[in-house]
Amino acid sequence: MNVASAIDIIGLHKSFGPVQVLRGIDLSIAPAHVVCVIGASGSGKSTLLRCVNRLEEPTSGRILIDGLEITDPDCDVDGVRTRIGMVFQQFNLFGHLNVLRNVTIAQEKVLGRSRDEAVEAGMRVLERVGLAGRADEYPSRLSGGQQQRVAIARALAMDPDMMLFDEVTSALDPELVGEVLEVMRGLAEEGMTMMVVTHEMGFARRVADRVVFMDEGVVCEQGGPDQVLGDPAEERTRRFLQRVLEH
Amino acid sequence: MTSAEQAGGSAVLQPRTGRRRSPRQRAQRVRVVSYALGAAVLAALVLVPDWPRIQRNFLDGGVFADQFPKIVTIAARNTVVYTVLSFTGGLVLGLTMALLRLSTIRPYRWFAAVYIEIFRGLPALLTISLIGFAIPIALGVGFPVVLGVETGGIIALSLVAGAYMAETIRAGIEAVPRGQMEAARSLGMPYGQAMRSIVIPQAFRIIIPPLTNELVLLLKDTALLSILGVTVTSKELTKFARDGVNQNFNGTPIVAAGLLYLAITIPLTRLVAQLEKRNRRSR
Repeated sequence: MNVASAIDIIGLHKSFGPVQVLRGIDLSIAPAHVVCVIGASGSGKSTLLRCVNRLEEPTSGRILIDGLEITDPDCDVDGVRTRIGMVFQQFNLFGHLNVLRNVTIAQEKVLGRSRDEAVEAGMRVLERVGLAGRADEYPSRLSGGQQQRVAIARALAMDPDMMLFDEVTSALDPELVGEVLEVMRGLAEEGMTMMVVTHEMGFARRVADRVVFMDEGVVCEQGGPDQVLGDPAEERTRRFLQRVLEH
Repeated sequence: MTSAEQAGGSAVLQPRTGRRRSPRQRAQRVRVVSYALGAAVLAALVLVPDWPRIQRNFLDGGVFADQFPKIVTIAARNTVVYTVLSFTGGLVLGLTMALLRLSTIRPYRWFAAVYIEIFRGLPALLTISLIGFAIPIALGVGFPVVLGVETGGIIALSLVAGAYMAETIRAGIEAVPRGQMEAARSLGMPYGQAMRSIVIPQAFRIIIPPLTNELVLLLKDTALLSILGVTVTSKELTKFARDGVNQNFNGTPIVAAGLLYLAITIPLTRLVAQLEKRNRRSR
């Protein structure tokens, strides 16, 4: 067991009924590293990400978070999840709560922080995504980019050790993508461990320490961004990049 | 434009339907006919009935005044109390059953499904008889009367209301996007916590209209409780009005009771509509 890794994925399989989505994934992410997972839709990259905090139940294989086996049936999954922030494609902000409450509710109910502590931490994370001024608004009054930044703040408010990003810019209008990627780049520079499923090749090239290309439920190729994106060894990677970059 | 001009213009663009009147002219004709019909019906309503007789039998000022204050202090009050009690009971039961119905444990789902099918399928009157008469007789014990309320009847109405509300609440919970639960779980909230703080509050916002509907139906169903036999102080509006009719040989108490039902339901539905409008802003 490699305790030096933040995330260790060993022999991971996941099937939905007869459909094999993940067919043996082995992947390690070192602390403070940013790993971008790319691949066509249906290649299993989102499922892989969702297995890491067990939003999807792996069919077989093991996942270790800081050496702790989250796939162990006796594992306190809720406890481990507080250390793994997750941001979704569809934001999934709590629509009945205002922005500030969105970032404080879990601090109070899960971490047991007092209202004052939670508000203080909440305002701090809203500040850092540039939305402290919108604390009293309801999510539906914000633009998509702002909602996604609040969603990042909501995850950060729990002081996670690592963050998972599931195609977080895919539902955004093109002009709103930049502000979200900007926040993510800031996080990366501060040394947050990040696993990022994305279609943003520019972001992967600039920010990732490692790029993982997935195809048909397996890791097809991985390496530094310049190598995988610039000079891919695998034919399948080359074909995928050609399709993505053509337009 | 006259029809002559139109006919001249149509030399260029021949209408293919062969109708002589334009759509505007036809619409006008329909309007004239429907107004005339409406006026005729109204005239018949005013002229045909024997108004003095109707007034004697349904709007007798003396009988009307006699109903007060008891029709309010006893009858309307009881109707509201029975409604609030059985709605509360139904809500608790309905929420419980909805959660059991959504459980991953199969016997729980079956249990809730059986409950819902039985009490939604039986007439409320039958359920009230079953709980209010049959069970006390079979078990040799009566339901206690608490605060002048026949608890057996309230339990029966709660069971019926719970069955309907269970399905409404379940639909509401299922209408909350799955991502809400996932986001809450990803922050480390256990399932129950996420349900309580995130999913159920949003579900209730969605189902306010059908729940209001259920409340109004229940208000009217409290009239059925009178089959359990009532004392002078436990009469609700309908029973009170029917007894008033028998005592006075006059229909005025029914009108009075009807007005009171509306005096409860109309402000209630208005209030809920307001509430809903306010909620929509925070969605």
